[in-house]
Amino acid sequence: MTGTEKTGLAVGAAIFLAAAFVPLLSGGYGLSLAVTVVMYAVLTTSWTLFSGPTHYISLATAAFFGLGMYTVAALIDVFPYPVLLVMATAVGAVLAALIGLATLRLSGVYFVIFTLGLAEMVRQLVTWVQTTMGTSSGLVVLTGIDEPMIYWQLLALAAAVYLASWRIGRSRLGFALRIIGGDEVVARHSGINTAHAKIALFVISGSVAALTGAILAPRWTYVEPVIAFSPMLSFLVVIMALLGGVHRLWGPLLGVIPFTFLWDLVTATFPNQTALMLGLCFLLIVYIIPNGFAGLIENLIRRRPLLAG
Amino acid sequence: MDILIIGVLLGGAYALMAVGLQLQYGVARIMNLANGEILVAGAFGAFWFFTGSQVSPLITVIGYAPVAFAANWAIYRYLMLPLVRRSKSEGHLEVDSILATFGLSFILVGVMLALFGGEFFSYSFLEKPFDIMGQPYEQNRLVAFLYAAAFCVGLYVWLHRTRMGLTLRAVSVSPEASRRVGIDVAGASALAFGLGGAITAAGGGLLSTFLVFDASIGIIFTMKALVIVIMGGLRDIRGSIVAAFVLGLTETAVASLIDPGLTLAAAYVVFILVLLFRPQGIFGRRAT
Repeated sequence: MTGTEKTGLAVGAAIFLAAAFVPLLSGGYGLSLAVTVVMYAVLTTSWTLFSGPTHYISLATAAFFGLGMYTVAALIDVFPYPVLLVMATAVGAVLAALIGLATLRLSGVYFVIFTLGLAEMVRQLVTWVQTTMGTSSGLVVLTGIDEPMIYWQLLALAAAVYLASWRIGRSRLGFALRIIGGDEVVARHSGINTAHAKIALFVISGSVAALTGAILAPRWTYVEPVIAFSPMLSFLVVIMALLGGVHRLWGPLLGVIPFTFLWDLVTATFPNQTALMLGLCFLLIVYIIPNGFAGLIENLIRRRPLLAG
Repeated sequence: MDILIIGVLLGGAYALMAVGLQLQYGVARIMNLANGEILVAGAFGAFWFFTGSQVSPLITVIGYAPVAFAANWAIYRYLMLPLVRRSKSEGHLEVDSILATFGLSFILVGVMLALFGGEFFSYSFLEKPFDIMGQPYEQNRLVAFLYAAAFCVGLYVWLHRTRMGLTLRAVSVSPEASRRVGIDVAGASALAFGLGGAITAAGGGLLSTFLVFDASIGIIFTMKALVIVIMGGLRDIRGSIVAAFVLGLTETAVASLIDPGLTLAAAYVVFILVLLFRPQGIFGRRAT
């Protein structure tokens, strides 16, 4: 472990420790915003884990998230809550593995297209199952879990995701994935099983998203397909991650924090213009800041010695 | 029998939107995720002229074709071409163009929401019945089908019998080789992109005569068009047309036999089967 890595780890640990005190200082609106920030931090970081090095844009986050949430909501009366968290993670992993097996052996376009409508399709299926089984379209989730509990669970998950991403980035798997992102043919010729590497990472990324959905299920006491499988979630995750910068572990967080506040403001003041704003953000990312805020900051740091000398 | 006829009639309009997307992806190499919004814009155009000034959608879809062409040509020329020029590899361009057209699709949704609001729209055009083998069907479906068929045949003949069509087909096979024989690849791509957009918009106008639509439904159509194009293979519009009928029939069968809410799920089942068994498409040749 090098010196910079040690400092990085120490700074990260300090930030997490400080973040853990948020529920004690602020309740209501502040806490709810903090939950949203941590939720997106987890989702974008796990998204980046797979999509960052491979450049495969996954739009399936909402499908995993919704399935995780539904697993908890549907079975809360049958199993204890911790068991449900494990089950939700497993459901996410299985779905990711299936998608990966069907699409990741082929070119990237197929993957993007497949994930594009996935949340909508799963929503249709869930709605259909509910209506044919004769139950109402929503599910009531009654637990004793309050907002601070949700926040701490998410924070612990975030810490785990950051540590895991950091470990994977240094492992053979992370190295293999970066080569695949650079040139898939080269990767295959140097003996990397590209399909396995991609599927493995996608499974991790998908199961984290499902677990996040499961943790958040108690936040809404009434879960409906439209809430759980909102496709907007997938798009927001992509935008925040790319806006922050996907080539650094801390990059997505730089996108999450400003965007969560901006989004909160826009949905409150111009609720009909959210689509327009999302569109403009996408164009901003492609045409003006392709490497995100992290890239901008690094450029500034790199340029400074030049100016001084 | 009902399923067969309604499915085929639906497939006609689907063929038109898929052929539009295929021109854009096959020739210009841009996976246009805003395709569905162009289609919805076409639907709104037909709706607006019909309810506002009683212009038949059949005239409108031809009338606004030049506008749709110019708009899509400009999208390629001013938004996509800079990305093509700066990209180092095909994979890089793919990611950029997916994100850019995705952004574009959201902007179009935003604009249409601002103009028309979030309600569902439909209008009654030619809702008289006609009989096929003793069963009544709505006339608008048949007219839309015949119209779409005429468009597709016309396009096919144009692509295979004219010099400009030959140019487009050459670029779709290999932009590199086309450049070497003196073809203006950027110009041909812009032409194909514009033409594809105009055809998609026409498809939207025709679909609006018998389907209910709203400002944010475009993504569903994008999804369907993509599934059709992949199923049909990227190079040949005949593949897309056959695939459009497969999807139209599958959807109609699922909607009438199981549940109308499951049409996208039906498209996904078709998509998965194609990916697993014929990823190069029905008419595609396996890449070497």
